[in-house]
Amino acid sequence: MSSPLNGLSIESIRAGLLAKKFSAEELARESLAYAEAENPKTNAYLTLSPERALNAARAVDAKIAGGEDPGALAGVPIAVKDVIVTRGLRTTCGSKLLANYVPPYDATAVIRLEQAGGVIIGKTNCDEFAMGSSNENSAFGPVRNPLALDRVPGGSSGGSAAVVAQETALVSLGSDTGGSIRQPASFCGISGVTPTYGRVSRYGLTAFASSLDHIGPFGKTTRDAARLLQVIAGRDEMDATSASAPVPDYIAALDGNIKGLRVGLPREYFDGLASETGDRVTAAVEVLKKLGCEVSDINLPHTPYAVAAYYIIATAEASANLARYDGVRYTTRSAGANTLSDMYRMTREEGFGDECKRRIMLGTYVLSAGYYDAYYLKAQKVRHLIARDFAEAFEQVDAIVAPVSPFPAFKIGEKVKDPISMYLSDIYTITGDLAGIPCMSVPCGLTTEGLPVGLQIITRHFDELTMFRIADAYENASH
Amino acid sequence: MKITEQEVRRVADLANLALREDEVARMAQDLDGILSHIDKLNELDVTNVEPMAQVLFDAEETATLREDRERPSLSNTEAVGNAPITSGGYYKVPRVIER
Repeated sequence: MSSPLNGLSIESIRAGLLAKKFSAEELARESLAYAEAENPKTNAYLTLSPERALNAARAVDAKIAGGEDPGALAGVPIAVKDVIVTRGLRTTCGSKLLANYVPPYDATAVIRLEQAGGVIIGKTNCDEFAMGSSNENSAFGPVRNPLALDRVPGGSSGGSAAVVAQETALVSLGSDTGGSIRQPASFCGISGVTPTYGRVSRYGLTAFASSLDHIGPFGKTTRDAARLLQVIAGRDEMDATSASAPVPDYIAALDGNIKGLRVGLPREYFDGLASETGDRVTAAVEVLKKLGCEVSDINLPHTPYAVAAYYIIATAEASANLARYDGVRYTTRSAGANTLSDMYRMTREEGFGDECKRRIMLGTYVLSAGYYDAYYLKAQKVRHLIARDFAEAFEQVDAIVAPVSPFPAFKIGEKVKDPISMYLSDIYTITGDLAGIPCMSVPCGLTTEGLPVGLQIITRHFDELTMFRIADAYENASH
Repeated sequence: MKITEQEVRRVADLANLALREDEVARMAQDLDGILSHIDKLNELDVTNVEPMAQVLFDAEETATLREDRERPSLSNTEAVGNAPITSGGYYKVPRVIER
């Protein structure tokens, strides 16, 4: 049985609906049935939402019947990472603590994609509170990579990447704090976009590290991901950090012509990358040269300090954000607690998984009396140096290309025992989050074992357009 | 060791985490490894660098302000709807002050 979404795109679904080849309700029913049948293989969905999906699909069909525009995402089956809240639809954040949490409101991104005719068919598995690089930190079990079932799909948005690769949704929303969209996109062989910080409202995104958190799209192609970003991007008064910068028409700019664009290769990202990943990325760079890009070497000298700065800043912010799970408001309270203090301490001890505890502890430590200057303040200064590296590089080049991850999808269980090596593997993605610039992963071939490799494209603040132009031109040239 | 088990217990108290004894030992080991890597930052002189608390890009001074106006909010039922224990529309917690 092949997916009802096989061979479809946002554009072809719209064309099919308008030509009455199929209805949105039919597509939703078939997609839900396929997702239900296939999900046991990957554990990518935590919750399917047939009622919500069918209501949304029927509304699209009614609009088409009435001669109205059904919206930019008409009838498109969409999955949403389970850290993004959905009114009346369970949102677990991959945590035992929130196993029964039913949010009373919708995230802005969710509202926007439903207003555009999108059909949310379910919520996807992820590392607990988006903390992880393999999706093995979910309280509801790991997600399996649909391309190699004994391997991880990447994390933390592993489920959102897996459902697109598995074609149990056409596109999906994920979140990225240190690489949680790009790395799973690269492991699953699809496109994944981390927009500029502030490009997409974080209202309704469960906070992990507020100064680093992003919502972003996954798609089989850059075009689908760009169409999804087009809908969710833009100022939202519910998020004071969302930016008022105008959102250009992404699709109109994708003409395949990237001649003369200046592309930089950061030496620090390629030194020591003597693997098949390096070979695939280097081959992709050759394609960009053939397309007329002017490629040159650049330096991002503070790259070696990024992981250290990130794990101070992200955990400090996380330790504050996760303080709210205290047994009072969010569904779960330890049964054994008789005092207020025990209620806090035991609820959190029983509710959080190991990785969350580790990060809460590290974050609390670096913020504690006597350590603030040595760790947190210092990390914020180093963050500035890393952002400055990019600003200086973008005086010479229009875009930076790099690997996404040092290696392709690894085996489930292979790295769980060693948190530091897992942290260090985020080196190529963390820097973009620290600087707040747009970055994406686009598939650039397979290893000899058949595992996908991702090419990372990074551009200036709010210049997603150039990033999409390069990714789209590369996709067309390499297929 | 960058961090002792005693310090781990102190930080766990600050974080309101009732770590089990076996967790304390493992946490000390894990945090020690991470803090050793973090020491790498000491190679850098950051004396004259401004801390970056938030992503920096050009925007108007008032870009993040919005009009202050009344709008619908969650009902009491919705607001406390996910609490494990409520009473009369309030959150209920164990007794805080003994009589």
